[in-house]
Amino acid sequence: MASYQDLLAEVKSQISEVSAVDAAARLSSDEPPVLIDVREPDEFDQGAIDGSVHIPRGFLESRIGAVAPDLSTPIIISCQSGARSAFAVRSLEELGYEDVSSLATGFGGWKTAGLPWSTPKVLDAAQRARYSRHTLIPEVGEAGQLKLLGSTVLLVGAGGLGSPAGLYLAAAGVGTIAIVDADTVDESNLQRQVLHSMASIGLPKVDSAKQRIEELNPDVKVITYRERLTSENIDRMLEGVDVIVDGTDNFPTRYLLNDSSLRHRIPVVHASIFRFEGQLTVFKPYEGPCYRCLFPQPPPPELAPSCAEGGVLGVLPGIMGSLQASEALKLLLEIGEPPVGRLILFDALDTSFHEVRLRRDPECPVCGEDAGPIEYIDYEEFCLPPARAAT
Amino acid sequence: MASFRLPPVLRPMAGGARTVEASGESLRAALDDLTGQHPALRTRLLDDDGELNAFVNVYVEGDDVRVRGGLDTPLAADASVIVLPAMAGGSGA
Repeated sequence: MASYQDLLAEVKSQISEVSAVDAAARLSSDEPPVLIDVREPDEFDQGAIDGSVHIPRGFLESRIGAVAPDLSTPIIISCQSGARSAFAVRSLEELGYEDVSSLATGFGGWKTAGLPWSTPKVLDAAQRARYSRHTLIPEVGEAGQLKLLGSTVLLVGAGGLGSPAGLYLAAAGVGTIAIVDADTVDESNLQRQVLHSMASIGLPKVDSAKQRIEELNPDVKVITYRERLTSENIDRMLEGVDVIVDGTDNFPTRYLLNDSSLRHRIPVVHASIFRFEGQLTVFKPYEGPCYRCLFPQPPPPELAPSCAEGGVLGVLPGIMGSLQASEALKLLLEIGEPPVGRLILFDALDTSFHEVRLRRDPECPVCGEDAGPIEYIDYEEFCLPPARAAT
Repeated sequence: MASFRLPPVLRPMAGGARTVEASGESLRAALDDLTGQHPALRTRLLDDDGELNAFVNVYVEGDDVRVRGGLDTPLAADASVIVLPAMAGGSGA
């Protein structure tokens, strides 16, 4: 029976190996190979080659497809000394990969050669446990989770849509959630606004939301703004924000949010709801239409009653707000296809989704071809019905 | 007959129906038929000049008619039309 040393020698004789210096040259070329580090997490945490993708050896075969879906992708595999990577090369060749090499002397040899490396940002043990169902997903992984933890989302409204969106974004580990809402919690909110509870009646919604989110996930920093969104305060609130989740309940705020998101080039995950029906889209500044391209003018009040006037099925914001959280996470992770230029219509009564195509309006006053710099207007005035606005 | 899917706010003006049918070879003709059946819809959908109100979007087979020919957009016999005004609610109040 062959010993481990015999087996390793045999495998090394059959695969391609690359020296640390040659690997470094290839990695800094115009078309660098994918570098996969197959060491265990505790080894990787102590230092790794910059830009390497960490897939522990035991998961290599199951996860390689997400990292390198094309079998012709050039790949270099590294471990600590060049042994595990040699076996890993053979496994990938058996899977059909055509251009795989082993870093002959591993990460140890790389360091000895004086080549650059760093200690990667990593999840701590508690975070690894908390986010394990995320990190198992190839499209997220530890790198994606770290990205979420370093992200900031502005939640506009801590009401029906903001409740599920806020809870799921917090549970997902979005590191900073800023919440703007001037209201206080009342009993009629509790039919759908699941961030709040009986104990929070009378409290500012932002305080109730902050408390609930901090109970759910201590990794999340919650910033609260107990004020209405205005032309004066919105620029300050958007500093450092990666994604806006629109859970507003009125048109002036929605148009202000649209204009400011264009000014700051921050995507908005938009939803609105009424009775049994919801609409969802993502407004990505200058890549897709904006809210004004979709609705150049607000409707008269009788055509757009609020939920306070017309009612809403309690679970509907749960569905639409959860979809908003999903889209926000996709935008932060830069995965999938957010519904940019698509409006998704959900009807809870017949359990149907419809989709309509939206287009950028070349004549849009804020994002069209001839639009100048974004200037805020009097949004209350803009949203008044024409007859009243004239008086 | 083209099928018009109405938003909740317009349904009371069409007897509560979620979907109504109208015939016509163009959107204009079908809207004439539709507003003939349900006159209260007329001022909601069309302005004084008979053009689509700016705050109402109409989609034929998923496309905004403003990029397909407006009211002159041709309608197939079994066309699917969605009428969509902006909705206010984020359910904050």
